[in-house]
Amino acid sequence: MNAQELRASDIRVDLLEIARIIEPGSTVLDVGCSDGSLLDYLVREKQVDGRGIELSPEGVNQSIAKGLSVIQGNAEEDIDFYPDQSFDYVILSQTLQAMKSPDRMLEQLLRVGRKAVVSFPNFGHWKVRLNLGLLGTMPVNSTLDYPWYSTPNIHFCTIRDFVKLCQQSDIHIEQSMAINARGYRMPFLALRLANLLATQGMYVITKKE
Amino acid sequence: MIMLFFMDQEKSAETEEDSFAEVVTLGQDNPLRLDSGEELGPFDAAYKCWGKLNYDKSNVVLVCHALTGDHYVRGINPITGKRGWWENMIGPGRPVDTDHYYVLAINVLGSCAGTTGPSSINPETGKPYGLDFPVITVGDMVRAQAMLLDYLGIERLFSVIGGSMGGMQVLQWAADFPDRVRTAIAIATTWRHSAQNIAFHEVGRQAIMADANWNHGRYLDQETRPHAGLAVARMAAHITYMSESGLTSRFGRNLQDREKLAFGFDADFQIESYLRHQGISFVDRFDANSYLYITRAMDYYDLSADHDGVLAKAFQGTKTRFCIVSFTSDWLYPTVESRHIVRSLNAVGARVSFADIDADKGHDSFLLEGDDLNDVVRGFLGSESEAMGGALP
Repeated sequence: MNAQELRASDIRVDLLEIARIIEPGSTVLDVGCSDGSLLDYLVREKQVDGRGIELSPEGVNQSIAKGLSVIQGNAEEDIDFYPDQSFDYVILSQTLQAMKSPDRMLEQLLRVGRKAVVSFPNFGHWKVRLNLGLLGTMPVNSTLDYPWYSTPNIHFCTIRDFVKLCQQSDIHIEQSMAINARGYRMPFLALRLANLLATQGMYVITKKE
Repeated sequence: MIMLFFMDQEKSAETEEDSFAEVVTLGQDNPLRLDSGEELGPFDAAYKCWGKLNYDKSNVVLVCHALTGDHYVRGINPITGKRGWWENMIGPGRPVDTDHYYVLAINVLGSCAGTTGPSSINPETGKPYGLDFPVITVGDMVRAQAMLLDYLGIERLFSVIGGSMGGMQVLQWAADFPDRVRTAIAIATTWRHSAQNIAFHEVGRQAIMADANWNHGRYLDQETRPHAGLAVARMAAHITYMSESGLTSRFGRNLQDREKLAFGFDADFQIESYLRHQGISFVDRFDANSYLYITRAMDYYDLSADHDGVLAKAFQGTKTRFCIVSFTSDWLYPTVESRHIVRSLNAVGARVSFADIDADKGHDSFLLEGDDLNDVVRGFLGSESEAMGGALP
């Protein structure tokens, strides 16, 4: 895949990394699709059959105005109503940490989709550790940009925590990716290093056979 | 409806106002077979259209109207003298753009604005049908519309759009004629009438039937009409079209043309005066028996009934693309009903968009100008016409 195929100016670079994973012509459900940027990109550039769920009315209106099949709803409730294995990919981008039950959500993602692409802010990043360890305050930065009292993010995890949950839940990790502060993919050398240096973890997961 | 007060602002630089309104007689050879088992035919179907039909007839948008609506969507309504009920949605440059789409609006069966209903003449007796008119359903209304499309040589609809009872017809169209409906836009509606919906309608019907002038539906033979009963029915129904917060912000406890309470039963409060006005102005344009018949059709509406009570089965295998819209303050057909439609569509893998629009005007929000609703409808239709190659018209 070359740079001309995917124009970085169209969408956020970390979303572009997700887009690279998706096979052209596949069926995609974007859970928490925000304003539909990624889905719109996938529909136009990769000819996917795309659907989305989004909680915020603004996001939904913007998505539908783009011509996307997006429904307003609470992902944790609405995902139950999709049939088993009805999508090639289910995407959960930067949303896992806002779920009431992230473990149940992962289960549902893999019930509905053959593969799930999950990205989340890494609470193990060295700056986060520094913030908490030295300053003694909750971290607020570009990927965690809410003060503690008003954050929708209620279930933070580190990359290591995520891997652990997958192991416990019989989830197969097909691909592990580390994303840096600028949204670009960085080499995933070792779990220990990724957990320290990556601001986001990005995973392609499937159900264990 | 509230919107009529706002319509004056609309520019009157319209030239396509007087596009033809037609009435055709259908079912002469093959009568319409009704859900009740009875047959109806011949019957008249009144309709009106705007825009240009393209060469392969692929740009037709059917507009379905609500309980007391009609086919006068745009322009001056000859019955009321007022402007059409959905000018903000349909017209040149509007979300349903008549510069691109050929828009067709048909008066429903049972109504009193041109299509055959209980006030029409029964060809067998030469007198108005009255209660001899058969009880009809939303499914019957849709089948009658399909007969008209057959007559006009229109095989497929680019879209069917409607709010409230219009939305029920939209869903019925998609369920009964999936191959004829490319996209379906159902606004502020439901998939079946709830006990509460039926209850409010029953109050309205009882008010009409309790009026001595109703005379078992035979009032057209006499001088007087059951106007008092019909006005009360309209008043009760009108409350369900508005929200508590909308009423409070518009009327509160404000007094009508007086400084203090009159200690009597005149319209002390503005809301009383407003409702009385709604009731009185309604009786001039609507037939009491039509009100009975159409509310009955809505009460009988349950799209899941023919599918073991499972709504999803009504849409099994559908290729139609859906847009479902609800309003946060609509307590007549609340968001939860639309959400059930959306979940049922998702369960069968249908392509569906769903917006729950934040609005404080209650059920009537679907008739009012609103950027969110406009953007949703415009975006939805635009993307589909683009998907067809942007070849409309």
